[in-house]
Amino acid sequence: MQNKEAIVIGGGPAGLTAALELLKAGASVCLIDRNERLGGQLTKQTHMFFGSEKQYASHRGIDILEILTNSLGKYGNKLEILTETTVVGMYRDKVLSCVSGDKFFKLQGEKIIFATGASEKALPFENNDLPGVYAAGAVQTLMNEYGIKPGEKVLMVGSGNIGLIVSYQLMQAGVEVVALVEAADRIGGYLVHASKIKRLGVDILTNTSVKRAIGKDSVEAAEIWELDEQWQGIEGSERTLEVDTICVAVGLAPLTELLQQMGVNVKYVNELGGNVPILDEQYQTSVEGVYACGDLANIEEASSAMVEGRIVGINAARSLGRSVENADFRIKALRHELKDLRGGPPGDKVRKGLKKLGVAT
Amino acid sequence: MRIKEHPILELAEKPPIPFYFNGKLLYGIEGDTIASALHANGIKKLSESIHLKRPRGFYCAIGNCASCNMVVDGEPNVRTCITPLKEGMRVENQQGKGRIHAK
Ligand SMILES: Cc1cc2nc3c(=O)[nH]c(=O)nc-3n(C[C@H](O)[C@H](O)[C@H](O)COP(=O)(O)OP(=O)(O)OC[C@H]3O[C@@H](n4cnc5c(N)ncnc54)[C@H](O)[C@@H]3O)c2cc1C
Ligand code: FES
Repeated sequence: MQNKEAIVIGGGPAGLTAALELLKAGASVCLIDRNERLGGQLTKQTHMFFGSEKQYASHRGIDILEILTNSLGKYGNKLEILTETTVVGMYRDKVLSCVSGDKFFKLQGEKIIFATGASEKALPFENNDLPGVYAAGAVQTLMNEYGIKPGEKVLMVGSGNIGLIVSYQLMQAGVEVVALVEAADRIGGYLVHASKIKRLGVDILTNTSVKRAIGKDSVEAAEIWELDEQWQGIEGSERTLEVDTICVAVGLAPLTELLQQMGVNVKYVNELGGNVPILDEQYQTSVEGVYACGDLANIEEASSAMVEGRIVGINAARSLGRSVENADFRIKALRHELKDLRGGPPGDKVRKGLKKLGVAT
Repeated sequence: MRIKEHPILELAEKPPIPFYFNGKLLYGIEGDTIASALHANGIKKLSESIHLKRPRGFYCAIGNCASCNMVVDGEPNVRTCITPLKEGMRVENQQGKGRIHAK
């Protein structure tokens, strides 16, 4: 078994910034990601980012990724990158088991940083397992990473930012978005995104959901229906839409399974997406030397994931005995940035969730 | 079903990669995963549910859900959505849990 100074699991925005801070402080880092390419969710984000200037707002996700990976390039042999490597097991003594192709091996880290992100939630409806029912992120991956259309006619389910943005991206790829349904009585995401797709002629139907998918080997149509105030379907309001794809954008859930395997304390907080690790001031979990950041800690945005990653990187470097220039000042400034990012009505949910978790915001 | 024109993405022509799906010769392109190459060829059904044998396609496309498991070069339970396509690969629809063969 190999011993490492710091292991970062997950190469999305949170993991990349954590690794950068550790490297900057002189620590050696082993960065693991199950994908062929680093970047996590950023690899498929072709749209301009909102958020703060410092966290690259007005850049496209794919460009931010390039900036981050270029900076990693400077650290040569202090950085070991293991791509196409999945962490499959996690033990209390900070040993992790990994699978890469047909190889299985174990690593131990003095500090372990978890930045595994989240997985998309599914939605219960009849035939929701038919090919052609895809998570929004999958549709995005297919289009923006591989240049492939998921289908020709899509029903989008969910009007959060992801549903709105992916609808727009589908249209950019030349796919027809037949309708967007939303169970709540109002649009969930930012109105700028909603107006953009409305202008392009997409019907956004609130108080409406999918009743069932229709098809034999794959989706051939979707039946939608209106919902009453209790979110129950109204008999007789059904309509059939001719679509070959149903795109499900109903939120994400943090990937905390590995943390739970090693006995980290988690708590279910609906506002943060599900089971999230309980963290201290340093972003350390209940197991000493194990940290968590990004979507794994709470479902938010790449901008906040990058700030959290930096905070964790600095904290972990310091507890390794590495000296970090201006550490206290920088942490304070980063915390301030998080506060800014979470300010205003769009941050209500996260603030409420963090409060339940006992985190000061 | 490949995207031909896009306002942001640069879609350069890439070299083709031949592979076999259920014995039939198909082509993907460089940079494809197995699942993306199949989808580009109009193939959405990748496996069957274990008990009721219902068709399954991919769902998450990032290696989280196992909905895209297929038999690749004789090995079952390969997550085709994150496995890069290689020349000459033999990809088959998986039935049930798959069988592991001694090498
Ligand atoms: C459609 C869409 C639009 C968005 N728009 C914006 C926006 O405009 N602005 C904004 O700020 N944010 C936006 N976001 C949100 C943002 O992308 C995420 O919040 C951010 O990517 C979270 O970063 P992360 O590093 O925590 O996780 P991720 O980016 O999800 O990265 C996690 C990484 O961990 C790897 N991993 C997971 N498990 C394992 C394992 N067991 N072993 C090895 N590797 C593993 C994964 O492969 C992945 O690469 C958007 C998201 C979506 C889906
Ligand atoms: S589609 Fe989810 S693991 Fe491949």
